[in-house]
Amino acid sequence: MEKRKENEIKNIYQQLVQKKVPQSSLIKDAIFAFVVGGLICDVGQFFMNLFLSFGISKDDVGYYVATVMVFLGAFLTGLGVYDNIGKYAGAGSIVPITGFANSIVSPAMEYKREGYIFGVGSKMFVIAGPILVYGISSSIIVGIIYYLVKMLAR
Amino acid sequence: MMDYIWAFLVGGSICLIAQILMDKTNLTPARILVYFVTAGVILGAIGVYEPLVKLGKAGATVPLPGFGYSLAKGAIREVEKYGLIGAFTGGVKATSAGIAAAIFFGYIMALLFNPKTKN
Repeated sequence: MEKRKENEIKNIYQQLVQKKVPQSSLIKDAIFAFVVGGLICDVGQFFMNLFLSFGISKDDVGYYVATVMVFLGAFLTGLGVYDNIGKYAGAGSIVPITGFANSIVSPAMEYKREGYIFGVGSKMFVIAGPILVYGISSSIIVGIIYYLVKMLAR
Repeated sequence: MMDYIWAFLVGGSICLIAQILMDKTNLTPARILVYFVTAGVILGAIGVYEPLVKLGKAGATVPLPGFGYSLAKGAIREVEKYGLIGAFTGGVKATSAGIAAAIFFGYIMALLFNPKTKN
């Protein structure tokens, strides 16, 4: 008896949840992500071509593009523009390097009242930290494996 | 002009994959980013990402897997040059501009601006 009632309540709850959760259609999300992500990359391409036309070498141009894109991402986050784009763009605004900058500025602003060391300074890395930890660590492993393979191949 | 079309298509597709993963698996954005950087490192190391960079240029380097690709490429290049220590110096060197800019501009913007109240 008790069990039955519990199941009934669970059912009703599930139906309510179904109704309440915003029905984000996969197709719409996907199109927005594709278009916004593509456009952000085109902004990057614009700066890449611009710096190349200034005579910066192909090897170094990535540094310039990364710096400018990170600046733009951080600045637009500060202005509150980036998060508005993100509402529609989803992964389209998260995956480009501007999203990496966004993931640093957002929590840093949010936790400013906890102080400049443990608020801004440490909360900056709430999301960026794991990215750096896993990215850098795996690149070190790649380097070591490459070294070993090269040794063995000799 | 072709540059822009390919950058759009390659960059858009990478974001599209992330969006589908987010919708289908309920992975949080932070997890997606960690997976994508790591995937970029691995794909970069085995040489799969390189053709994408040739084709899509900024379309492949601006998304986070491109960050992973640069890390892997840097580590391999420095191992070639300096031996084992290159595994430790190469990755961060290759991505130093992005990392330093993110820390510096991130800090400055957090000082200058306050969070917008959500409505």
